[in-house]
Amino acid sequence: MGGHSNWPEWIYVGVIIALMFWVGAEAWNVERLVEHVPADAEVIKVTGAQWFWTFEHEDGTKEVGTLHVEAGKAYKFEIYSTDVNHSFNIHDYVVLMDAVPGRVNTVWFAPDKAGEHDIQCREYCGLIHYNMRGKLVVEEPST
Amino acid sequence: MVLELQKPRPVWQIMFSTHHTDVGLLYLIMSIAFLFMGGALALLIRAELFFPGAQMIADSMTFNRIFTVHGTTLIFLFLLPSASAVGNYFVPIMVRYKDMAYPKLNAIAFWMIPPGGALIWLGFADFTWYATPPYSIISAPGPAADMWIFGLKILGISSVLGAINFIVTILKCKHPDMSIGQVPLLAWSFLSSSLIVLVAIPTFAAALLMLLTDRLGVTGFFNPAMGGDPIAYAHLFWFTFHPEVYVLVIPAIGMMYEIIPRFSRKPIFSKSSGIFAFVLLAIVSFSSWAHHMYATGMSFTEKTVFMIGTLAAVPASGMHVFNFVATMWNGRIKFLTPMMWSIGGIALFFSAGAGGVANAAMPLDFTTHDTYWVVGHFHLFVMGTIAFGTIGFIYYMFPYVTGRMYNENMGKIHFILSFIGTILVFFTQHVLGLYGMPRRIFDYPAIPEWVAMNQIATVGAMIIGVSMIIFLINLIHSSAKGKPADIHDPFGLGGKYYYPFESKNPHH
Repeated sequence: MGGHSNWPEWIYVGVIIALMFWVGAEAWNVERLVEHVPADAEVIKVTGAQWFWTFEHEDGTKEVGTLHVEAGKAYKFEIYSTDVNHSFNIHDYVVLMDAVPGRVNTVWFAPDKAGEHDIQCREYCGLIHYNMRGKLVVEEPST
Repeated sequence: MVLELQKPRPVWQIMFSTHHTDVGLLYLIMSIAFLFMGGALALLIRAELFFPGAQMIADSMTFNRIFTVHGTTLIFLFLLPSASAVGNYFVPIMVRYKDMAYPKLNAIAFWMIPPGGALIWLGFADFTWYATPPYSIISAPGPAADMWIFGLKILGISSVLGAINFIVTILKCKHPDMSIGQVPLLAWSFLSSSLIVLVAIPTFAAALLMLLTDRLGVTGFFNPAMGGDPIAYAHLFWFTFHPEVYVLVIPAIGMMYEIIPRFSRKPIFSKSSGIFAFVLLAIVSFSSWAHHMYATGMSFTEKTVFMIGTLAAVPASGMHVFNFVATMWNGRIKFLTPMMWSIGGIALFFSAGAGGVANAAMPLDFTTHDTYWVVGHFHLFVMGTIAFGTIGFIYYMFPYVTGRMYNENMGKIHFILSFIGTILVFFTQHVLGLYGMPRRIFDYPAIPEWVAMNQIATVGAMIIGVSMIIFLINLIHSSAKGKPADIHDPFGLGGKYYYPFESKNPHH
């Protein structure tokens, strides 16, 4: 305590606050853009169950474990769970959203190149959580 | 066996005593025992993850049980009681009172911990330290899960009782000549963290009861099949346990405030900013809980609010770092073991905080959430900051407790190995998380980056393990055979900067 001058600390705190403002504003702006789902996005229903993923396309095609999509299109995932919490994750495309029973969460992505990517569960879901894995196959556009 | 070697007493006199230093000693010994038990589990986890495939642990159920008990043990049975140990020893002395305000309550709060710990260890639950519903309701095997719930219930009551005791001791029992501003920062840190405990814990206490009745099938608070919502549990849990992080961090910082000025042989740069930052941290600790839940399907507005609430904690944390650096600036620093642990702790606190800013930024969180990044991030706090601060303080209070000096070289080796190990394990885990490895997995595919980084982390963990064995040998050997300490100035700093050793409350 006491009356000694403390201006270096106030400058330092000011710099931190300014930095945090910058981080917050930047994050707010990026997240706002990322969450804007394109209107023409195709809906894919994703269902997590202990311990596998099932996918249902708009045309009714169902897939288990492996998901086929086309490059250059936007997809919106509707994520369901039938038992406990899971988290649907395609790490290469920063797709991450929890599958919570009783809720429908959405997340979207637009693959840009053909290729194969890992799908995994990132929320603890029990015995085989470590192996609740799948494959995303991005194919060349058909038309 | 008697540890206060100057005036040996039979062990039962210490066990059934209500004197604050005796209760503090019990807290200290018990928390060190649990540090080694929880640490052994950590080494098992790391050994298992050295290669892909099953190594030493037979199946994933065992693995899941191990990391659940590892986390629960080190948070509730090491970090919390070790802070209580320090508080019990020094808070009454710092406010110049003869004991804690309620000595019997103090002893009761301590004696609730061993049964709580026993329930957790005998049950060995598998639903993570977060007890994630609906898994914990519909899938987790009993009676382990129920024992965990009762164990946590007991530990929660114990910390509320401890918090009440600290608050009353500091506010009501401080010497009449002493203003609240003259109360040392270590005692201020216990005041702030105890206030957080009082506000935060009841929420989780309620959630635990709801979890139990859900498991019994009577209610469905968190069970979607009965109309409940698992996200409600997430809010209740994190409303308690995000502030709980500060409950652990704030006393560790208070311990550094005790060590750093003395070993720099300079007064604290600004005590008032330290007090201000403690109180501010205690308040903003309640504004950030849902940053653990960005990926549960929160709205954009909710996420924004909790991001701002999280970033708000950064200036206050930064003020502590500034205070430490400014105190050391131009000081005549004596690099003895407690000072090295404190400086290491500050460096890792800074790294952990920087990583935390990245987590808090919404878009980045979707890369790091539930990966090893998060594991590395919070371990830099719990191990790098809190355990470092506490271990440094254990060395610092060693002469006070035993009347003997620890072995300085072994203490330094302990620090250097632990520091290297901590960086190897937890910095590597940050990178591993960026490569996408999820937390809480028993086995992983043989992706080359994942394998390499897991191996580095395991080597680091083994280095920490070795350093902790050195620590244990040092503690046991030095408390029996160490050279007698100069009780007025055991570290040779000059008496001016050394007051806690001067006073000791007589036993009553």
